[in-house]
Amino acid sequence: MSYLHSVPPHDLAVHLADHDGKAVLRFITCGSVDDGKSTLIGRLLVDAKLVFEDQLANLGRVGSSGGANGQEVDLALLLDGLEAEREQGITIDVAYRYFATAKRKFIVADTPGHEEYTRNMVTGASTADLAVILIDSRQGILQQTRRHSYIASLLGIRHVVLAVNKIDLVEFRQSVFDEIARDYVAFAKTLGFVSIQPIPISARFGDNVISPSQNMPWYEGPPLLDYLETVPLDPPEAERPFRLPVQLVTRPNADFRGYAGQIASGRISAGDPLVVAKSGQRSTVKAIVTFDGNLATAVEGEPVTLVLADDVDASRGDMLVAPASRPFVADQFQAHVIWFDANPLLPGRSYILRTETDSVGATVTALKHQVNINSFGREAAKSLQMNEVGVCNISTQAPIAFDSYQDNRATGNFIFVDRASNATVGAGMIDFPLRRADNVHWQATDVNKGARAAMKSQRPAVLWFTGLSGSGKSTIANALDRLLHARGKHTYMLDGDNVRHGLNRDLGFTEADRVENIRRVAEVAKLMADAGLIVLVSFISPFRGERRMARELMEEGEFIEIFVDTPLEECARRDPKGLYQKALAGKIANFTGVSSPYEAPENPELHLKTVEEDPVALALKIEAFLDRHREDQ
Amino acid sequence: MSLANLRRLEAEAIHVLREVVATFSNPVVLYSIGKDSSVLLHLAMKAFFPAKPPFPFLHVDTTWKFREMIEFRDRMAQDRGFKLLVHVNQDGVEQGINPFTHGSNLHTHVMKTMALRQALEKYGFDAALAGARRDEEKSRAKERMFSIRNAQHGWDPKRQRPEMWKTYNTRVGAGETMRVFPLSNWTEFDIWQYILQENIPIVPLYFAARRPVVSRGGTLIMVDDGRMPLEPGEEVVERMVRFRTLGCYPLTGAIDSEAATVPDILREMLTVRTSERLSRLIDTDEAGAMEKKKREGYF
Repeated sequence: MSYLHSVPPHDLAVHLADHDGKAVLRFITCGSVDDGKSTLIGRLLVDAKLVFEDQLANLGRVGSSGGANGQEVDLALLLDGLEAEREQGITIDVAYRYFATAKRKFIVADTPGHEEYTRNMVTGASTADLAVILIDSRQGILQQTRRHSYIASLLGIRHVVLAVNKIDLVEFRQSVFDEIARDYVAFAKTLGFVSIQPIPISARFGDNVISPSQNMPWYEGPPLLDYLETVPLDPPEAERPFRLPVQLVTRPNADFRGYAGQIASGRISAGDPLVVAKSGQRSTVKAIVTFDGNLATAVEGEPVTLVLADDVDASRGDMLVAPASRPFVADQFQAHVIWFDANPLLPGRSYILRTETDSVGATVTALKHQVNINSFGREAAKSLQMNEVGVCNISTQAPIAFDSYQDNRATGNFIFVDRASNATVGAGMIDFPLRRADNVHWQATDVNKGARAAMKSQRPAVLWFTGLSGSGKSTIANALDRLLHARGKHTYMLDGDNVRHGLNRDLGFTEADRVENIRRVAEVAKLMADAGLIVLVSFISPFRGERRMARELMEEGEFIEIFVDTPLEECARRDPKGLYQKALAGKIANFTGVSSPYEAPENPELHLKTVEEDPVALALKIEAFLDRHREDQ
Repeated sequence: MSLANLRRLEAEAIHVLREVVATFSNPVVLYSIGKDSSVLLHLAMKAFFPAKPPFPFLHVDTTWKFREMIEFRDRMAQDRGFKLLVHVNQDGVEQGINPFTHGSNLHTHVMKTMALRQALEKYGFDAALAGARRDEEKSRAKERMFSIRNAQHGWDPKRQRPEMWKTYNTRVGAGETMRVFPLSNWTEFDIWQYILQENIPIVPLYFAARRPVVSRGGTLIMVDDGRMPLEPGEEVVERMVRFRTLGCYPLTGAIDSEAATVPDILREMLTVRTSERLSRLIDTDEAGAMEKKKREGYF
């Protein structure tokens, strides 16, 4: 950025204090590809003289060879800083720019229009107060206009500027502008924006960007910059309840234990009572410690370290909160989810759910509906594809502390992380906890797992056989079952085909159904282990994610993954059920190894190769493994 | 309730610093001795108080830094009591790589990018904090606070993770590392205003003084030691100059200036019409220079 003054101020200290205290407006530009978002920001910065001379000169150099407008300076190149962006003439990722005028400071996120990069638009929107939504005068409202408007509203943006751009290309006609503005206001009425300001603009020539246009005497509203400088920001929230997500426990020595974090809302003073959200333990604030000395009071946004009067059990991921107004603590809740990844969101699959400071395994238990981006209507869905928005019930492996997103953007959001790739695959805004989380408690029974297992003189286990169809899983499992049975062990065998005749008869072979198939079988295996049994599960279970989910359901050491490793050619040669022949002829869709992937285990407890040994020998190997690693078997 | 600008930026940076310590097992700060590094060091002292910053500070020394920078570095390490690591690419030294004979591009690649990669691998760091700001350069304007690098240290702009709210995805896979930029949202002006407000020590080269310089291709290069070869017709003159940004001395241009204090510098900034990185030759040695360097592992 450049700076507003061309002469040094008389009193630097006064100037700096004034500058520092200015309100900050964070806004995004969004809309469809080629609507001129980057050009608009470029024009705003250039006309307001907020671009350094060398950057402008450099722009001329690049622009004359590669710019979209030939010899004319291409203002978009001020922001499109990546080579791929310059090559393709599009914005791929968010560019942040910082500038100030006499009235306000601004942080603008120039976000991509291309649908493929919706995740980057969401990145910019998550921290913005206002969205400038661009529309090409010749095109009117497009699908991306609707998508971006919906996402902006979902993420809590309350103010919209409808920049009706390229108005020069429709002869500055008022009728075009009026019609677009009317259409937009009509479709956006359910989105809950507090204000919508339509402005006719030519970003290329600067009409109504920083000064009123002579070409549109019919427009009586403010130019863009004036509006951005004066749009009333939301009044400071009425005092919200105190929330401190614990980021870090600071323990430099035995005498000091402090809870560090950034205050998400409210205020706290030394001597105030507070509660640890998850455990409900109470204490009071002994001191608010900072590098610059202890504080009497700290407010929203400040990074503090609290020392409490009592030894309480709080760690990263917990929240210190006002006793009178606590957040929800639950392991089931409803949320709106935006999906980013090329692999779809599948109910039943296990993801890592990350709040600002907490991290926990989570699955979508029900995808209630997805939102149609054109009508904003609800539609049934079995999975969420990239860039789709849905409403989900989510279950976490342990309770988390949260507020609804509407009440608190900081404590009501989360992201989904893929367990294998570590990619951020989705973003969520929590609506409310589910009643069932409160009311369904685990029924403690007097005869427990230990008692049941002791009566059988065995340790329960889940022996999970995975491998391609025809690899020999069931044959080996069957042989092992006979061996264990002969030794008086109490076992049960769950076979993929058999379960599909009953419990899972409603499921097909799509990815979503396979995930659900495994989830149900894993739950059944868990109940059987709880009954004290040794459970032999013989399932192709092609995806690492689901096998990991099954493992995490069981107790430490209880889940034994057995990889029955047989080359595809050998399985196809054996073809005990004639399935390979059909699959290779294209008669079976989603057949593992042929038209659907198999993800081999990375660290199975046992890795059996069937080509060299017969099933009984392999079953004996498993028995020996159990004896060796589980003394009491 | 909203904090004033500098308090808000400070809070954001402290939050990011703490997040790194909470979620990585072996983080490091890339300490380049410049003004942004000095601010980052100050913030690290604040973030963990009363504990000391629980990570070391790494200086990747190209052996072509200004002498005053090295003196300042060693003094700060002693004063603040932080753990300082210095890494030099010995292969580069043995090959005699230098900015004069090999050009800025190769020199930077070998003595900075490769050296940084060596150091990260040598110590097994999984996160590297640095003071880069988005307002410095337009490919930096595109970078996330948490920026993932693959096992070869490469940056792929298309693989950047979406980054919503303050909910950062800090997970890395085997061999991957994270670069973290807590000062992403600061501008050059914010940095100076904060240095003034917090009274943060900085290298004296930022303040105007009479220094021996050569005017080369329109850039004022300071003759910091006897290793600098003079071209025919060049003459070393004393001029009142200062530096807006500090790197290797042969690759960093000085500006004519009378600004001898931080308030002077702030006054000067209010009238300046050119960008800070104009004086960094490595940014302009080819089109898309910074992005290319970052793809190779430069920060």
